[in-house]
Amino acid sequence: MIAFIENLGESALNIFEKLGRGVVFFINALAGFPALILRFTLVIQQLYAVGVLSLIIIGVAGFFVGMVLGLQGYNTLIDFGAEESLGVVVALTLVRELGPVVSALLYAGRAGSALTAEIGLMKATEQLSAMEMMAVDPMHRVIAPRLLAGIIAVPLLAALFSAVGVMGGYFVGVGLVGVDEGTFWSQMQDSVDIYDDVLNGVIKSIVFGIVVTWIAVFEGYDTVPTSEGVSRATTRTVVHGSLAVLGLDFVLTALMFGD
Amino acid sequence: MVDSQSSASRESSSGDDKPLVEIRGLTFYRGSRAIFDNIDIDIHRGKLTAIMGPSGTGKTTLLRLIGGQLRPHAGTILVDGESVTKLSYKQLYQLRKRIGMLFQNGALFTHQNVFDNVAFALREHTKLPESMIRDIVLMKLEAVGLRGAHQLMPVELSGGMSRRVALARAIALDPMMMMYDEPFTGQDPITMGVLVSLLRRLNDALHLTSILVSHDVKETLSIADYAYVISEGKVVEHGTADALKNTQSDWVKQFLNGLSDGPVPFHYPAGDLYEDLLNGGKS
Ligand SMILES: Nc1ncnc2c1ncn2[C@@H]1O[C@H](COP(=O)(O)OP(=O)(O)O)[C@@H](O)[C@H]1O
Ligand SMILES: [Mg+2]
Repeated sequence: MIAFIENLGESALNIFEKLGRGVVFFINALAGFPALILRFTLVIQQLYAVGVLSLIIIGVAGFFVGMVLGLQGYNTLIDFGAEESLGVVVALTLVRELGPVVSALLYAGRAGSALTAEIGLMKATEQLSAMEMMAVDPMHRVIAPRLLAGIIAVPLLAALFSAVGVMGGYFVGVGLVGVDEGTFWSQMQDSVDIYDDVLNGVIKSIVFGIVVTWIAVFEGYDTVPTSEGVSRATTRTVVHGSLAVLGLDFVLTALMFGD
Repeated sequence: MVDSQSSASRESSSGDDKPLVEIRGLTFYRGSRAIFDNIDIDIHRGKLTAIMGPSGTGKTTLLRLIGGQLRPHAGTILVDGESVTKLSYKQLYQLRKRIGMLFQNGALFTHQNVFDNVAFALREHTKLPESMIRDIVLMKLEAVGLRGAHQLMPVELSGGMSRRVALARAIALDPMMMMYDEPFTGQDPITMGVLVSLLRRLNDALHLTSILVSHDVKETLSIADYAYVISEGKVVEHGTADALKNTQSDWVKQFLNGLSDGPVPFHYPAGDLYEDLLNGGKS
């Protein structure tokens, strides 16, 4: 029993210690942002790696999710004779929730894991140490551009996800089950609010972008420098990143749409 | 002990006799184990100084302490008159520009080709036009005999070639000092010979001061001006290569001659073998 409490205390301490290191790490990485203005190519390279290379999975997933929303929404709405509201349902669900959340989850799995593995391997093979000895701070040269690229990429990916999702909903709703095209779009235009819905969705995806990328680069940098360590860190990025997205989504939703 | 101002000394690149690296009372712990226990080491300008010792004695750790990547628990490390432990972040990074380090496994950037690896520090620290960077990089690669390989990726290189590329990268900024971490380990005899003479030639041609960390005794002593032997946190012997051969210490004799029998036991300390086998390790 005592041992159990001891273990509990120890894990709690470890968690807080790691959180502390993570916060210090984040601040150090932020300190590298101003210098990136002059060397934006570093960020662009990373935008390609985390953003452009995620386009396909985001686009395909968005289209499927939109099609499912179109079908499910239609089947539910038709019971109330409200099927012309399908456009609104699809758009609101995507812009407020599924766009930011699902794209952040996909980003964690596709780009976050790659970031962790890349940085972890650089650490394990002493590339980060070598950089330090060449008087180049890896926090500024490796971590900061990746963090910034992630923060820029995730909201854009979420926007793309929502846009493609609406197309998917349109394809099913208007193309397959026969909702009137005019009402589909005009109801959507009337009911989706730029501040309440779109802006809040964007804020969500910015927060997710920061948190998931932070977890990914920190896990990579904090890796135990062995092959096992890198593989564990990569798994942790996906698990912790996804849980953080879902948890934060609840908190943010409560704050934004709670009243 | 042996006189440090020995006959083997070559002309010093600067007139000044003060060592380039002066380590005093260095103490460093990993957990409760003292990796270094109050040791003193001098690295003289223009010389190639070897630090030898068995694996795990802390040779890599020593280089990291000199480079400011680790902090000692006690003692001072002066590099060119500056105390590494007291430098600010900026000053430390300034100092590192004047130190080149060859890592144990090369530590090349795997996503960049040979040329970009060597150009890395130049692009980071200078505003030289690309055409001049190209000239410098090709000259550095020529010095290690790999100018023809500048388009290759690190995965396409053999072990010896990787290390030479890493060497070219480390001298890219024309450092005042080079630190080599076990450059000979895992090399075939020919590559080994190439590296051995390369280190000596670079040291003399570029007027460097070199620290060579190794446990390859024969090769190391063949080129070192001066050597330290460390074990269990202490400097157990130091002197010129000739002086070390006449050492009085049985331990140093065993280490230098690679004998398996001597004061160093073959077995890691362990309990009784019978006990272990019969009781399944429960004591
Ligand atoms: N990051 C570390 N954490 C804990 N112990 C370490 C670490 N790095 C090295 N050590 C220990 O310090 C000792 C010296 O290591 P090192 O300097 O790499 O030895 P050498 O280069 O002489 O083989 C070893 O016993 C090793 O176990
Ligand atoms: Mg070592």
